Amino acid sequence: MTGAGVAVIAVVVLLLFGTGFLLGRTVRPVRTSDVGTPVEHATFETLHTASLAAPPLRAGLTEESARKAARGLRSLLGTDALCLTDRDQVLVWDGEGDHHGQDVMGHVQGLLASGRDTAFHSDCGDVDCPLRWAVAVPLTVDHRVLGTLVAYASRESAVLARAAGEVARWVCVQLELAELDRSRTQLIEAEIKALRAQISPHFIFNSLAAIASFVRTDPERARELLLEFADFTRYSFRRHGEFTTLADELHSIDQYLALVRARFGERLSVTLQVAPEVLPVSLPFLCLQPLVENAVKHGLEGAATLPRPLDPVRAQDAPIRVTISALDAGAEAEVVIEDDGTGMEPERLRQILRGEGGTSTGIGLLNVDERLRQVYGDDYGLVIETGVGAGMKITLRLPKYRAGVHGS
Amino acid sequence: MSAPGHPSAVVAVALVVLATVLVGGFGLRISRTTSDFYVASRTVRPRLNAAAISGEYLSAASFLGIAGLVLVHGPDMLWYPVGYTAGYLVLLVFVAAPLRRSGAYTLPDFAEGRLESRQVRRLVSVFVVGAGWVYLVPQLQGAGLTLKILTGAPGWLGDVLVASVVVVAVAAGGMRSITFVQVFQYWLKLTALLVPAIFLVLAWQGDGRPRVSFDEQISVFRADHPLYATYGLIVATFLGTMGLPHVVVRFYTSPNGRDARRTTVAVLALVGLFYLLPPVYGALGRLYAPELMHGTDADAAVLLLPARVIGGLGGDLLGALLAGGAFAAFLSTASGLTMAVAGVITQDVLPSRGVRHFRLATVLAIAVPLAGSLVVSRVPVADAVGMAFAVSASSFCPLLVLGIWWRRLTPPGAIAGLLLGGGSALLSVAITVSGAVRPPGWPHALLAWPAVWSVPVGFLAMILVSLATPGQIPPGTNAAMTRFHLPEALTSGRVR
Repeated sequence: MTGAGVAVIAVVVLLLFGTGFLLGRTVRPVRTSDVGTPVEHATFETLHTASLAAPPLRAGLTEESARKAARGLRSLLGTDALCLTDRDQVLVWDGEGDHHGQDVMGHVQGLLASGRDTAFHSDCGDVDCPLRWAVAVPLTVDHRVLGTLVAYASRESAVLARAAGEVARWVCVQLELAELDRSRTQLIEAEIKALRAQISPHFIFNSLAAIASFVRTDPERARELLLEFADFTRYSFRRHGEFTTLADELHSIDQYLALVRARFGERLSVTLQVAPEVLPVSLPFLCLQPLVENAVKHGLEGAATLPRPLDPVRAQDAPIRVTISALDAGAEAEVVIEDDGTGMEPERLRQILRGEGGTSTGIGLLNVDERLRQVYGDDYGLVIETGVGAGMKITLRLPKYRAGVHGS
Repeated sequence: MSAPGHPSAVVAVALVVLATVLVGGFGLRISRTTSDFYVASRTVRPRLNAAAISGEYLSAASFLGIAGLVLVHGPDMLWYPVGYTAGYLVLLVFVAAPLRRSGAYTLPDFAEGRLESRQVRRLVSVFVVGAGWVYLVPQLQGAGLTLKILTGAPGWLGDVLVASVVVVAVAAGGMRSITFVQVFQYWLKLTALLVPAIFLVLAWQGDGRPRVSFDEQISVFRADHPLYATYGLIVATFLGTMGLPHVVVRFYTSPNGRDARRTTVAVLALVGLFYLLPPVYGALGRLYAPELMHGTDADAAVLLLPARVIGGLGGDLLGALLAGGAFAAFLSTASGLTMAVAGVITQDVLPSRGVRHFRLATVLAIAVPLAGSLVVSRVPVADAVGMAFAVSASSFCPLLVLGIWWRRLTPPGAIAGLLLGGGSALLSVAITVSGAVRPPGWPHALLAWPAVWSVPVGFLAMILVSLATPGQIPPGTNAAMTRFHLPEALTSGRVR
């Protein structure tokens, strides 16, 4: 009984392994389609090969990406050898006869300057070498020649020249997309930089003035404030990392508020509710700070425009209330920033969020909204509730995990 | 079976439910003004987090089940508390810090982050839901049993009651996995078990310390291959703890990898302390409630003992304390699991997001195990929980350990391992609880304690298929490994 049982288990386990192994081996199942003519099959085949070569090229023209893409490109052209170069050197040689590699740069010099296709004889000394003739086509992006694609064949061929031209054009499209990706990233970086720049002037003047007022009366406090100021600027102007943690961001907000309080004293009352569970959540750098700054600004404007005809002095001292809360909501954190200031016409807010605000107002809001959408998707934009004279409540949801988002 | 003092026990249960909801609702209402903002921004300290993890972890199986098994089957069953605790040692050594550094909130997050594959993510989600359901069934059944003992109500009433309370509390957002609620639950459970234990031991001493004997032949059948069953249990509990969905999410609360390790060490201490107590009840139960050996309600031993040993008002009060503690165990574990399962259902199963979807997911997350708990036959609570551990050990343990320590893991490998290891374990569990294969004989033993063979199957399938598909190693593997294994201060380019 026992022996038989063990044998049965052994067989079952072996079978399971076998299945798993085969499962893993046949990664790309051969599709035996029952529809389509041979021509259509050839088309599918070509499109498939082309789509396989595309992803590496999306990283731009480098040795690594060229190496990954070259095999696919060569099978697309059906040549004996294919070579990709940039402006200075051969990036990859795919196929036989790589001793030609050293002459290639000499042959394509003219092409790199003119940007026109050329064909040349390889003048090979080796009688057995099948590579007798080659066609070189430029890879251009925005009228700049980034490199060349050189296809070798055993004899002159008009078909190959034509095909090489088409493939090169297709590669150019991929490289243009790569360029587009890069400029998009640059744009975002520039926006973050703009945001950093936006913090500085007024806030720095005001803070330094406020600190100066304490230097004689309360040197100890002045020293503390200066240290807070140093810490705050170090965080806001840091160069590395697109993401941060909620704990760091809130800490920076705390320092910001300490500096603002140095100016307004007891007028500013801030209430914080922070669930400790959400402090490790990662989020885009400087996402909350502009919102808090907005809230404080609105609070000040609200206090200035309050209708208090009988006692104009009191309007100056009207308290500003700002509430910041960060709560745990399952797989997300919910951050709410609320003020009781002037609020805003909803239509005006819509304009700002569409990017039609015009003036400098609300650039922070727009920027934060765009970055949140870009990182987490359109479901995660800012939710703003406001009305004239009714204050403003900004809610944002931050997923606790999103692939690629790592606070540092 | 006598009902030990319904009124006080019912009051205790009601108090626990109320207190749990109140702490959940008001724990955060204590607003902080800016002056003590710094206090607010302090992250959860390892010891606090450890108490919260222990609070969520110590379930009906720990509170009632172990004592019941020790009572019926004797000291062999001490492997249960050992396994439940030692799982954290494995977690500490292999998983805790890298898992935290991965930034993953749930296991599907980890799978997606490490293997860069939506398919693996979806498959892991399925297993999280599966393991969560298997784990929830005994929690609900334990509640049904407790309520039956306390009030004589029909067995299904407690199942439905706990399920409803969890749905209302979780869906209303009152009892999220907030740290303080779970910390409160841990100390409540420890107190509820410790105080009566002291009185019981004193009473036993007053009785002239009769010797506890486990010599009597066991009339209730458990396993015809006890050694194999014990190994199955050891493998399942040692390796299964790291994959429990409600435990994994709590590690996210630690601010960094080092704190995650410290948290785990503290959990080992807290859980170890707790597990000293259930065997005391088991041994005393053998002495004072021997008739439980022959029924199916041995899990009730803990609840019945005070009335038997001490009696009178004191016995009633202690019984009430134990009933309250037992309900704390059901509620905390069931709500933690429901939260985790509902979160996965919202994220990976239901099409769109939103609060309403989360409520729907909550109902879904507990309705299935509720139906299961009413339909399937009652397996001893601790055994049923052991099955959930087996599923976790065969699917998540290979994924976590290989994902963290082996560069060559590929998505097809992970899928094969999950399907063959975890799938076969899940299937075995399903067959066992459906009652299709009955003891005696090897088939039943193999299916009831699958971990011994399904864990190696999972590991081997993952390794072999990964080796067969070297072209599919995710491009970000090196970056992910660097993040997992280097302290945060180094990878963030900043030294504090």
